[in-house]
Amino acid sequence: MEGAIKDWRNDIYKVFKELEITMVSHVPDAGHTPLINLCEKDNEIDVVTLTTEQDGVGLSCGAFAGGRKSALLMQSSGVGNCINALALPNICRIPFLTLVSMRGEWGEFVPWQVPMGLGTPKVLEAMDVKVFRADYKEEVGSTVDAAARFAFNTNRSAAVLLSQKMIGAKQFKNG
Amino acid sequence: MIERRPFVQKILKNRQTNLRVVSGLGTSTWDLMSGGDDKANFGFIGAMGQAIPFALGLAMAQPDLRILLFTGDGDTLMSLGSIATVANHPVTNLTIVVMDNESYVETGSQPTATAGKTDLEIVAKGSGISNSYTIKNEKDYDRLIKTIYEEEGPSLVVAKCQAKATPLVFPHSFDGSVSINRFMSTLKS
Repeated sequence: MEGAIKDWRNDIYKVFKELEITMVSHVPDAGHTPLINLCEKDNEIDVVTLTTEQDGVGLSCGAFAGGRKSALLMQSSGVGNCINALALPNICRIPFLTLVSMRGEWGEFVPWQVPMGLGTPKVLEAMDVKVFRADYKEEVGSTVDAAARFAFNTNRSAAVLLSQKMIGAKQFKNG
Repeated sequence: MIERRPFVQKILKNRQTNLRVVSGLGTSTWDLMSGGDDKANFGFIGAMGQAIPFALGLAMAQPDLRILLFTGDGDTLMSLGSIATVANHPVTNLTIVVMDNESYVETGSQPTATAGKTDLEIVAKGSGISNSYTIKNEKDYDRLIKTIYEEEGPSLVVAKCQAKATPLVFPHSFDGSVSINRFMSTLKS
């Protein structure tokens, strides 16, 4: 199972390499950790740890203005922090790509995760972000590839929601 | 107290070709545009709080240029955490100048936190930006120019300035895609 989980993060990493995405910002989520680790080992990718997800929107836009492509990794709870910031890529027609690991859906243990989990696709769409979704690990690579090409080819914002089904519901337990 | 508009104009007047200037929303953008239309400027008119992260991304992508951000205390206070991000992903070519008038001048001059107990120089230093200082009059111009063009960044300079409304000076276009594409045309080699 662990090997299978690593595979789909590798598929995302391959898309980053193929499309020359050289900056990855994040507020960490356990679902993204293997991908963050892959990027940190890569000297051609700058990994920027944020204090709030919205700063990844501005960072990504500034990097693109300077000639570098980037992606913002976050958990669904972070999407709500980004709403007004999403005006920046929208009004400037700057390509913006985010990969969102979902909480508050598949077998969720923590009720506090549910409101933003339910709201995530709605608020993204309300801000004109094209929402893609991957429910199965086999479709992650092609979905991220399609979303990235949509963003960078059409100068729009795109998000890929990565189902909690693939990541596994977090179970709180001691030890 | 610094009179912000002539101060910004003086900085822009003798600008070097390796300088790119970004401004935060509101008065900072009108200040920047008052120095004359220049494709090497990009001014925010919205997305409050995003100017610092934008300038960081730009500075990371263009390490051979000097990046100068003019922004206000209101914009900076909205994204204080971005100062920590700048400090911990350091870029040597970035200078942030906070035109600190201690008020939200555009909306009726309500006081900001810097009118109270908050000191952005100390916030910057505590966040890890060691090259941070406060200037209070025009005599500090030479020191600031040295920071912008020569010193190893990132730097954050708090410029205490008068809280008075200044005439609106609009950019070439309010359409962000026009503004960013003009700006980007100065970055292609």
